[in-house]
Amino acid sequence: MQRPRRLPPALRQFFSREALTGWLFILPAFVGFVLFYLLPSIRAFSISFTDWNLLRPPRPVGLENYQALVADPNFWHALKVTGLYVLFNIPLQTVLALLLAVLMDRLVRSIFVRAVIILPYLLSNVVVAMIFLWLLHPILGYVNVFLSSLGLERQPFFGSPDQALATVAGVNIWRHMGFTALLFYAGLQSIPRSLYEAAAIDGAGEWRMFWRITLPLLRPVTVFVLVTSVIGSFQIFDTVAVATGGGPTYATRVIVWYIYENAFQFFKMGYASAMSMVLFLILVVFTLLQMRLFRAGHSDLA
Amino acid sequence: MRNRAAYPLTLGRIVAWTLLAVLIFITLFPLWIVIKTAVTHPKELFQQASLLFPSDPTLLNFRRVLGLVSLEENLAVGGVANINFLTAMRNSVLFTLTIVVSQTFFSAMAAYAFARLRFPGRDGIFFLFLAATMIPGAVLFIPNFILIKNLGWLNTFQGMVAPFVLMTPFAVFFLRQFFLAVPKELEEAAHLDGATPFYIFWRIVLPISKTPLVTLAILTTINTWNEFFWPWIVSKDNNMQVLTVALKVFQSQTPQGSPDWTGLMAATFLAIIPVFILLVVLGRQVVESLQFSGLK
Repeated sequence: MQRPRRLPPALRQFFSREALTGWLFILPAFVGFVLFYLLPSIRAFSISFTDWNLLRPPRPVGLENYQALVADPNFWHALKVTGLYVLFNIPLQTVLALLLAVLMDRLVRSIFVRAVIILPYLLSNVVVAMIFLWLLHPILGYVNVFLSSLGLERQPFFGSPDQALATVAGVNIWRHMGFTALLFYAGLQSIPRSLYEAAAIDGAGEWRMFWRITLPLLRPVTVFVLVTSVIGSFQIFDTVAVATGGGPTYATRVIVWYIYENAFQFFKMGYASAMSMVLFLILVVFTLLQMRLFRAGHSDLA
Repeated sequence: MRNRAAYPLTLGRIVAWTLLAVLIFITLFPLWIVIKTAVTHPKELFQQASLLFPSDPTLLNFRRVLGLVSLEENLAVGGVANINFLTAMRNSVLFTLTIVVSQTFFSAMAAYAFARLRFPGRDGIFFLFLAATMIPGAVLFIPNFILIKNLGWLNTFQGMVAPFVLMTPFAVFFLRQFFLAVPKELEEAAHLDGATPFYIFWRIVLPISKTPLVTLAILTTINTWNEFFWPWIVSKDNNMQVLTVALKVFQSQTPQGSPDWTGLMAATFLAIIPVFILLVVLGRQVVESLQFSGLK
C-alpha cells in the first residue's frame, strides 16, 4: 500500500488506491467524453456567438446569429418542413407498428417473423434511400410501372415539391415500422394474459379488449415510442441528403439539412451552430416532456 | 397458454392474417426489387422494368461494381467509371470492427468503475455522461469536424473512428446498469485472494456479463455499419470511403440522362449482405438486443 500518510483526510481520499484505480478505469472513456462530447458542446455554444468561415479567425458578434435566425425566413421554413415531416411520419408509423405488433401477438409468435420485420431497420438510411429512389423512379420504378398498368397516373414522388416530404416520411416509416412494432410487441408480452381470459369470460370481443385492456396498459411503451420517434424525426438528415438534397424547391429542407448547408456549403459555422443550439432546446423540451409523461404513465402498470 | 385450436377460422382471423401478410409483403417487396434489378443486364433495364422476375439473370453488375470488368466494358453497358466496392467494403469492415471492439471495451471499463469502484467525483462525472445522451448529433458535428481538421486528420482512418472509439454515453450507461446487478461476493472473494481490480474486471466481471456485452456489440455493429454522416464529411477521399459514403458518391456521379441503376442496385445489395448475414446467424440475439435497447 502506498497510501500517502501525511495528507489531510480529505485529500487522502483523492489519492487512495481505489480512487486512483477508479480514475484509471474511466480514463479512456473520460478522454473520449471530454474531447468529443463535453468540449464540443461548450465549443458549439461559444461558436454560435461568432462569425466564422474557418478561413479567418472567429469574430465575436454577440447575439447577432440568433437575431439573424429569427429574421431568416429559410429558418422558419426549415422548422415548418421539419414539423410537417414529424406530422407525416409519427401518426402513421405508430398506428401501423401497433397494428403489426397486435397481429404478431395474436397470430404468430415466431422469432422468424420478428426477424423479417426488423430487417429494414438494420439497413442504413443511405441504402434505404437508394432502394426507394429506384423503386419510386418516375418512369422505370416498379411502383410507377404498376400504377400505369392499372391505368393510374404515374407519380413523381421525390421529384415533386408537393410529394417529396411525404415520400421521405413514407420511406422512413418503411424503415422504422418493424422496429417500433418490436417495442410494442415487447410491451404486449408484459400484459398479464389473465386479464384477457377474464374479459373473454365476460364476453368481451377482440375489439373491446384492445381498447379496454391493451391500449391503456401499453401507455408507458406508447409514450416512450412517441417521444423517442419524435426526437429522432426532428433530426432527419440521411434520407434527405441522399434522396432529395433538400429539394425540390426546398420542399425537404429540414432543420439538420439547413444546418449542414450553412456549415459545410456556406461555411457559416457561427450561424449553423446557433441553429443547432435552437434544435437542442427543442429536443430538451421533448425529453423533459417524456420524463413527465413517463412518470404519469407508469402508474397504470403498477 | 392460449391454444391455437381453440380459435376457429373466423372472418376476423382471415382479415388479421391477410393484414399481417400485407405488412410483411410491404417489408420485403422493395428488397426483392433490389435483387431483381441487380441481376438484370443493364441494356435490358427498360424492357425488364415491368417484370417481377428477371428473365435472364446475370452477375455482370456485381462484377462491374467489384471492379472485375474493364473500364471499356463497363462504359459500354452504361456504367460511369470503375467503382471498386471491395475497397469500401474493406473500409466498412475495418471501421466497424475497430469501433465495436474498442468502444465496448473502454465503455465496459468505465461502466465498471462507475458501478463498483468508489472515488471522489464519480457520481458527478457519471451524471455528465448521462446528460450527454441528450445532446443531438447536429450540435457536436461542427466542433468535432473543426477539431479533426485542426489535428490534420481529415481523410484519415483515425479521423473517421476518433469520435467513436473511446466511448458513447449510451454504452457506458447501458453496461453500468448490468454491472450494478453483478453479485458483489464474487469480486470480494477474489479481492481477498489478492486479485487486482483489472484482473477482477477481466476474469470475473466481463465473462459473466456476456449477454449485455453481446447485446451492446450487436447494437454498435448495426449503428456503426450504417453510419453515414461523420465518415461522409471527414473522408472525401476515394480510398477512405466506407460503403454508405461510396454508395452516395456512386449515386451522385451517375449522369442525369442514363443512371446506372443496375450497378447501383448491385452495390446496394452488397451493402445489405453483411446485415443479412448478421440477422441469419444471430437472429434471436439481434431481435432481443433491439427489443432490449428500445425498452431499457
